[in-house]
Amino acid sequence: MRRLWTVLVLIAVLLFCLGPVLWILSTSLKSPGLVSRRPPSLLPDLYWDSYRMVLQERGFLRSMGNSLLVSSVTTLFTVAIGVLAAYPLSRMSGRWRGPALGLVLAASMFPQVSIAGAVYRMLMSLGLLNTFPGLILPYTGLMLPLAIWMLTSFFRRLPPELEEAAVMDGCGPWTTVWRVFAPVAAPAVLTTAILVFIYAWNEFFFALLIMTNPVMQTVPVAIAKFPGQYRVPWSELSAAAIVAVLPLVAMVLLLQRRIVSGLSSGTTR
Amino acid sequence: MGIIMMAPAVLFLCGFLVFPVLSTMVNSLYRDSPLTGREFCGLDNYRRLAGDGQALDTMEFTFIFVMASVSLEMAAGVLIALAINRVVTGRGFFRASVILPWAVPTVVAAIMWKYIFNDQYGIVNYLLHGDSLRMYSAWLARPSTARLAIILADVWKSSSFVALIALAGLQTVPEELMEAARMDGAGPSRRFFRITLPLIRPALLVALLFRVMDAFRVFDLVYVMTQGAPSGKTGVLQFFGYLKMFPEQQYGYGSAVAVVVFLIIAVLSVILVRTLGRRMMTE
Repeated sequence: MRRLWTVLVLIAVLLFCLGPVLWILSTSLKSPGLVSRRPPSLLPDLYWDSYRMVLQERGFLRSMGNSLLVSSVTTLFTVAIGVLAAYPLSRMSGRWRGPALGLVLAASMFPQVSIAGAVYRMLMSLGLLNTFPGLILPYTGLMLPLAIWMLTSFFRRLPPELEEAAVMDGCGPWTTVWRVFAPVAAPAVLTTAILVFIYAWNEFFFALLIMTNPVMQTVPVAIAKFPGQYRVPWSELSAAAIVAVLPLVAMVLLLQRRIVSGLSSGTTR
Repeated sequence: MGIIMMAPAVLFLCGFLVFPVLSTMVNSLYRDSPLTGREFCGLDNYRRLAGDGQALDTMEFTFIFVMASVSLEMAAGVLIALAINRVVTGRGFFRASVILPWAVPTVVAAIMWKYIFNDQYGIVNYLLHGDSLRMYSAWLARPSTARLAIILADVWKSSSFVALIALAGLQTVPEELMEAARMDGAGPSRRFFRITLPLIRPALLVALLFRVMDAFRVFDLVYVMTQGAPSGKTGVLQFFGYLKMFPEQQYGYGSAVAVVVFLIIAVLSVILVRTLGRRMMTE
């Protein structure tokens, strides 16, 4: 009886999580005739042309490239600056660390709209609208709090005795950091990098404001503003959605253990 | 040494978070008019906001959205985690399926659900009414059902987040403890409420904190699915602020909206972090 319930719940979970994605996958493989059939058909007729349209004629590959560039550089900046800040934070005395981390956590919850106006004007006066640095710089500011928060909670699990021993043995600060601390901290840094990359890849608000030129658009903007002259081209839009999700899904499936440990950092120990 | 290491982070946080918020606060006290340019107007923008019916609708739906979506996500997340925790073979497959909605960009999730609720080709209409096309309804065109669709889209995307955190919490529940309770004759619901729930509570509270703050900032779903239509009934705070500040070019008024959104979130985050988050930071 209990087994039956578990199985039923698991089937429901699978349907709930995978159903919408499968429906879009099916839509992306339908020919124009089948897409506009009413009532809709559940199964596609395996028409691949929407993918060709999206990749060749819609310039969607360029958006993918833009997203890849912006997300990678943002991740690099955020993690480098985040590690520098998280290390002293994790070694601070508890009395100071509490308020400092509270501020970092509060900063990660800033609503985008409350900073958007000033950031937009700042970028405009610097001539950075519709440029890669124009998106990478604010992204780094936006993602930093989360990165610092996660890195600090990871670093705190590494015993300070490690560095103390290194210093005792006569290592200078740089040797201590690069030879002793970095190797043990690498997994935490990698996990943080993955999460920052995913958040940057998915960010929409600032990308919408800053990248107004279609040539510079990132993937979320390209999808939200998908051109349709008279009616929404659902099968092409679905194909674009599937293409946009693929790299992320591949990454998530390969690295799911790390992602789970990153998301639950500071929640369990 | 520590201060030098933290300097770049402090610089970025001040430049892209602290300074912009302060600047928005100052701008909310000005009015932009085509004739006279920018002029100081005191709290006029806030007075206008208090009497703006559309702003109140927006506020109402934002709160409904946060309450409904977060409570559904917490419940669904725990349920999913409990079910997966019982799986012995193929747990990796189930966890991968659950993580999928979380990895899908919100904009893509919004497109998916927009199509799912489509009036002509949507699968919801098909499942409910089959071939009787006359019965097909335009879910996104009516306030109540459009609101429901947006909430469901969020529940789909974010239950995974709660589930993953709850699952990590469940893995810390010692099996011997459950076995002992079973031997003492405690039933499943009693074991859940007396042992499992208290043990995963800290993890759940953190998930709750992040979900509430995230739900308050909802933007992408509304931008893609409804643009606030019909008649602003599905507008949310961030979307309303964006609308005033950018497309409608009312920079002062939009800034006032932005400041109110900021203050609501600041007050909430202080309350939540103080009540839930203290142990996360000092432990």
